[in-house]
Parts: sequence; C-alpha cells; structure tokens
Amino acid sequence: MRGGPGGLRSTQFRKEREGAWRELERLVERAEKSGVRSLPAQQLARLPLLYRATLSSLSVARAISLDRNLVEYLESLCARAYFCVYGTTRSLGNAVSGFFGERFPAAVRRYGWHMAMAGLFLVLGTLVGHVLVARDPDWYYVFVDEGLAGGRDPAATTEFLRNGLYDGEGRSTARLGAFASFLFTHNARVGMFAFALGFVAGIPVYLLLFSTGLMLGAFSALYASRGLGVALWGWLLPHGITELLAVVLCGGAGLIVAQALVFPGRHTRLRNLAIRGREAGVVVLGAIAMLLVAGLIEGIFRQLVTSDTARYLVAQATLVFWAFYFLRVGREARP
Amino acid sequence: MTAAVAAEGKSLERRIVTPEGIPLRIELARAGDRAGGFLLDLLIQAVVMIALILIVGGATDGDEGWGLAFGLLAVFLVRSFYFIWFEIRWQGRTPGKRVVGTRVMDATGGPLRSEAVVVRNLMREIEVWLPITFLFFPQLVWPDAPGWARLLFSVWAFVFLLMPLFNRSRLRVGDMVAGTIVVVAPRAVLLPDLGETASEATCTFTNEQLSVYGIYELQVLEDLLRRTDPGRRDACAAVEKQIRRKIGFEGDVKTDRFLREFYRELRAHLERRMLLGKRKKDKHSR
Repeated sequence: MRGGPGGLRSTQFRKEREGAWRELERLVERAEKSGVRSLPAQQLARLPLLYRATLSSLSVARAISLDRNLVEYLESLCARAYFCVYGTTRSLGNAVSGFFGERFPAAVRRYGWHMAMAGLFLVLGTLVGHVLVARDPDWYYVFVDEGLAGGRDPAATTEFLRNGLYDGEGRSTARLGAFASFLFTHNARVGMFAFALGFVAGIPVYLLLFSTGLMLGAFSALYASRGLGVALWGWLLPHGITELLAVVLCGGAGLIVAQALVFPGRHTRLRNLAIRGREAGVVVLGAIAMLLVAGLIEGIFRQLVTSDTARYLVAQATLVFWAFYFLRVGREARP
Repeated sequence: MTAAVAAEGKSLERRIVTPEGIPLRIELARAGDRAGGFLLDLLIQAVVMIALILIVGGATDGDEGWGLAFGLLAVFLVRSFYFIWFEIRWQGRTPGKRVVGTRVMDATGGPLRSEAVVVRNLMREIEVWLPITFLFFPQLVWPDAPGWARLLFSVWAFVFLLMPLFNRSRLRVGDMVAGTIVVVAPRAVLLPDLGETASEATCTFTNEQLSVYGIYELQVLEDLLRRTDPGRRDACAAVEKQIRRKIGFEGDVKTDRFLREFYRELRAHLERRMLLGKRKKDKHSR
C-alpha cells in the first residue's frame, strides 16, 4: 500500500502543473520589474488564465500535499500574481479622462449636501466678517493676518487700495508665472489640509472655512467703505469662483470623512471610513486641479487685465462653466 | 527573544480572500521596514528636488521669473505626487518600498484603486508633515501658541505619527481612510521536491513505525533536509538517532539516505490519511 515507483501523488501533481507555475512566475517577474503594461499582448492575455490555474493548484495542494515549500511557494506566487492582476492597471491617460469626465463630477453630485454645508459656512463667515467690519473697522485686525494684508488695512489710503487692485501694468509675464505657481502650490496645500482635517471629526474644517469667510468679508467691507466694492469683487472673482469652489469642495470632502467617522452607518467605523475616504479623495484630487486653474487665472490673467467689465465677464464665464460641469458632465455615463 | 519574534510573526499574519474565493496568507509589514522605506523615499525625493532645482536654475540662468515658477511647481509636484505616481504605476510600490520589500494592497483583497492610493498619500499632510512642522517649527503653524495648546498638539502629533504601533493591523491614518494595508511583498522559491528519489527504496517502514509522527514533525524534517548551512550534518545525525530510537528501526543505512527515505514514506503515509480526511497534526494527536 506504500507509494510505489510512480511516486507520491503530490509529487506527480507537482510534475503535471509545474510548467504553468514557472510560466506564471516568469510573467510576474517581468511585470514586477517593468510594469504590467510592458508585457506583450499575448502574454498579457495569458496572465489571468495562469493566475486562476495556479490558484486552483494552490487549493488542490492545500488538500493533498504536505510539502510545505510547495504550498508556501504557491501561496507567494498567487499573491504576487494577484497584485499584478488586481493592482492598479489602468493607464494614466485613461484614468485621467475617466476621472475628469465622470468620476469627479459624479462624486461631487453624490455629496451635494456636504458641499452645500461647506459652502454655507464659507458664506456665513463672509457675511459675519462683512457686517462686523462695516460696523467697527477694528474687527478687521482680528480677522485678517497682518502678513496677508500687506498694508491693505483700514489705515491705508483709498489711493493705495485702488492701486493694489489695478497694479498689473508693467509686470513682466515671467514674474507672473512665478506668482501663479506660488499661489497654486500654496492654495493646493491649504485644500489638502482642509481635507485631511476631516479626520479630526470635521470641526477644524468648519473653522477653516468660516475663518476664510471672515477674512473675505473683512476685505469686502473695507473696500466697500471706500467705494471700491465693485472693483474688489472684479479683482477677486475671476479666479475666486474657481478657487473658493475648490476650497469648498476640499472642505466638503473633509466633512465626508468626518461623517464617516462620527456616524458609521451600516458598516464598522473603519470599513465605512475606508469607503467614504476614497470617494472624498476623488473630490480632493479634482479640487487640486481646479486650484491649478485658479492659480493661473489669478497669477497671470488678473495682473494683465485691469478692466472691470472684462474681469466680470471672465468671472461669469467660469461660474457658468463650473455649473455646467458639476451639474451635467458624466451624467449620461451612469445607469 | 525568539519566542517574541515568533509571536509577532503570528500576529502579523492576515488572511485575504481573493475575488476567486481562495484565501491567501499575507504578512503585514513591520513598523521598522515601513519607516525605513519611508525614509528612503524621502531621501530620493530630496535628491530629485535638488537635481530639479539645479537643472531649472541652470536652464533659466537663475532668472527669478520663469525659473522660480518652474522650480516651485516642480518641488510641489515631487513632494505631493511622488508616492501617488509610483504607487499607481508600480501596483502599490515605491522605490523605497521595493528596497525594503513591502507593498500596499487593498485591505479586503479587492483591487487597489487609484483613489485609495491618492487618499492614503494625501493624509500624510496631517500625519507626518504637520506634526513634524509643529514639533520643530511651531512658529509656522500657530505663532505664539499658549503652553497648553502646544502640549495638546504634541500629544496629538505623536498619536498620529505612532498610529501604526497602536493597532493590530499596523494601519497609519492614511491606511484607515483609504482602506489599505502595507504587507511584505511575497517572495518564495520553489525548491526541488524532496519526495522524489532517484534510486529504489532501501528501507521499509511498517505502518506502526509511520504512525508515530505527524504533519508538524514531517515539516520540521523537511526544513532540516533543506538546510544548507554547515551545522546541517550534526543536526541530521542527532535527528536520525532520535527517530531510530523512537520508531525502533535497526536497518543499516547512511544518515542522509535514511532521513530522505523516512521523509518520503512518512509524507506518503500522511498524505494518504489526509485524502481520507484524517489530518494528524503532530505526534501527540491521533
């Protein structure tokens, strides 16, 4: 009854299947070294087949073989192939077009209420800031950081404030490039920060949005008091619509994370956090791209164009564009 | 010491179920490996940034306009997208992770999605950069912070930085939000089958003799036979003596030969029993 010259069942099993394992191992090695997409089409088509065959070998081996090295090898090979088959395999170009064409606007629509909440806090902050500073200019110093104001405070002359809004002429475009780049990187970091703060239950997100609003309101009250209200908004809005929208989206994304933490719903807290966190991440990534656009408008366009009419036209155009984008784009693609 | 390491090894093991329904054993990466990989990645980032600044500076003759613009943008891109880019391109690996042999995967075993990669890396902002900035340059974050705030913040910073040590799955905050885990990249080699013998069997064992040991002993014997270090000879001799005494085997065979044949026969015996649904775990079980 002992294993005859034919050998053990498990040895025979290994002999029959080893070729496929070795082939898979070679494919996986190559994919690990230079990416799944470096495989020729024919081998790429073999990959999932070999992977499933090896998985079935693994379950057979677990049932019939006591060769520990064999089972460990199969386990590790399956895991490596699994990473190749189920890793992030989409090409970057596809991912980008799929992202902006569908996933980003769809995620924003799905979490419309979160975005609205974030927007509400920004608007509330602006109103409060405006009213308080309009009544008593001393509040201005509380809301606006001295470094950020750069001398634009209630003590400044109207002339100085006006020049600040229209001082674009005479700047070299190269300077503006640096300025735009700086603004973008700065704003993008603020946006990422707003999102990351969501993990601390969201209260800092509200604070951040509210204080941004306060600052905005303080500015508008100051300029309005000198009869420069229209000019200020013309200065702010061409890029501000895009930028503030992006900040609101980041804040809203932070709130998604916060909600997932505080009210986990049907899943466990950790699982829920993972699900919502990824969707919030889509929003933040899109918002960062928006901030790039805003930085370009702010750094270059605003400094070169000083006519109020042109500024308001551009502001309106961006508003219409984003409204269309978030309300319509990618809707057809969903069932 | 060894026991502690072994215990940790056990607690770091996770089972994931592939979409095909087959469970796979996965080992979580150790905190030290992760820190090492991260530091290595930081170093690479720093080198790339410096190189970029030098190139841009050289190409634009230090012109503070476009040079500064591209420099700032380049640094921003490297700093924010280094991890994201590599983890998407290389299925959850970065150069640093490759060196220390770890990788990112979906915690439930599903495909690793690009947004998960993005999220886990954006979280670094508050997890690593904010605490470090606050610990070393508190003026940048909150000028003139009162003492209590500083204390509170330091505690918070440490909780975030050391989060992977506080939970069983070694998750950092980014992993929690993205639903990912960091695991040891599997790497096992298929060795020759010990059950294969070139020559005819010279020893015969009775069923009673083969019923003494179980699967655990079989696999210890497998490890011994696969050893290649100089201590193998002595260990083999000792094990042979022990087995001969235990099963009462008298035949005159060389050590290596005896052990190989005993391994083969024992494996055949236990595998047959396994087919009948009886797994004899070790020598104590029936």
